[in-house]
Amino acid sequence: MITKSNPDDILIAGIGITPVGEHWSKQLRSLALEAISAARRDAGELVPEAIYVANSLAPVLSSQTQLGALIADFAGLRGVEAYTIQAAEASGGAAVRQAYLALQSRQIDVALVVGVEKISERPSAELEDALVMSGDADYEAIHGVTTAAQAALVMQRYMHEFDLPEDAFAGFCVNAHANGANNPLAMFQRAIDEKKYAKAPMLCPPVNMFDAAPIADGAAALLLTRAGVFPQTPAHAQVRIAASSQATSTLALHDRPDLLSLSAASDSANKAYRLADIQAKDIEVFELHDRFSIFAALSLEACGFAERGEGWKLAQDGSIRPEGSIPICTFGGSKARGDSSGATGVYQIAELCLQLQGRAGGNQIPNVRTGMAQCLGGTGATAATHILQRVDDS
Amino acid sequence: MQLPRHWRLNKQRYALEGEICTHCQAKIFPPRDICPDCGEAANTPLAFSGRGQVYSFTKVNQPPASHEEQAPYTVALIKLDEGPTVTAQLTDLDEDQQSVEIGIPVEMVTRKLYSDGDLGLLIYGYKFRPLIEHA
Repeated sequence: MITKSNPDDILIAGIGITPVGEHWSKQLRSLALEAISAARRDAGELVPEAIYVANSLAPVLSSQTQLGALIADFAGLRGVEAYTIQAAEASGGAAVRQAYLALQSRQIDVALVVGVEKISERPSAELEDALVMSGDADYEAIHGVTTAAQAALVMQRYMHEFDLPEDAFAGFCVNAHANGANNPLAMFQRAIDEKKYAKAPMLCPPVNMFDAAPIADGAAALLLTRAGVFPQTPAHAQVRIAASSQATSTLALHDRPDLLSLSAASDSANKAYRLADIQAKDIEVFELHDRFSIFAALSLEACGFAERGEGWKLAQDGSIRPEGSIPICTFGGSKARGDSSGATGVYQIAELCLQLQGRAGGNQIPNVRTGMAQCLGGTGATAATHILQRVDDS
Repeated sequence: MQLPRHWRLNKQRYALEGEICTHCQAKIFPPRDICPDCGEAANTPLAFSGRGQVYSFTKVNQPPASHEEQAPYTVALIKLDEGPTVTAQLTDLDEDQQSVEIGIPVEMVTRKLYSDGDLGLLIYGYKFRPLIEHA
């Protein structure tokens, strides 16, 4: 599929990614600035006219609201229009979508999206209090449910209904760690094997430590613009947002008519396929939500890559590996790159863009032109999906 | 301390009071005022029986700060006999929790959910225990 440029295309003009980890010495604002500075260097001369901050936990963990103004001021962009977009772990994709809509409206010519999260501010039990706020406070969190427990409730039922072996999900973790090993910015850069997965201690049965992504500090930024206002000769192949969509499902797990189906993920993916005028089979790389391995399996099913109850098989048979039919988590995903909650969706889109530009280094999938990124909030109550395409005459 | 937040849900916490949709007869818990099945207004109260089955379950070893004093504990999705599913803790289990399986019948009991804030407000509400056959 050859994609010609159009002056109305929304392009990713610059990318800034920082390593995910425990950055004790850095404030939220300085972490955001690192990513913003890198993205602005990558984009050349473009000056943002609006800032969309993707963040989920700062009001609780950093006692800080109004991140838009905070980050605009700290990043030397005082006066610029700026907001926080919050949709739990889908904040990143939701923020990119808001920037996309603003650029399409032509009220803004250059938009900056920065996903930033400071996780390491509090002890882990307090972090659990904050994370589970993405569920229903009055009917889920009140009972002591954690995000790992929510994933476990889904995974337990999935394994029961489809009668799966204990190690059914090992392939997700093995693939993520193998890809993380080639990503110098990943939190975990060591490959692991199935045996190590099998020996991992249980977190919330059947979710073990390797089914769960590590959550840590991180920031990633994107500069977006329309092709018609991008005057420079780009240093890299141009990548356009071919589709942007968002959908919601029930906030609480117990309200889902079908516990084992991510309806927001399938609704937003199907909308994105229609907008881009493509089908699931045209997606060559898929950065999906792998905060817990069960959600990776369900995302593959929701987006049309596997039948119901069979998403895990794509991990078992190697289809999700870089050389497979639908590579996922090509920079390690949340499992190995590390998960920065509201920033994760921005990491995904930045990494996908690097793939399409041929800048993915040791993680490069040869000659990919079309890819999809999807982030989920909580247990999939929010799904934001973006399809990116390389512009071939750039 | 969030006094009004907990007070206003007393009927749900102590009596599993949900709603019935007078248009399509759907039984709804937690109450949501618009019927998820037919989209019509639904605000006629209905007390649920408190009987149901375990739909899924897991054990929490690393609790949030709010529930640290109870850990470890078992949480479950309970499919109520009337139709809806609720999230709740399982209680009165054997020490090794071996008796929990998907599909076992359970019944609602009232227990302490947690204590809220430094002033020690105790929040009570529903948990579920394996069904005891009453004579």
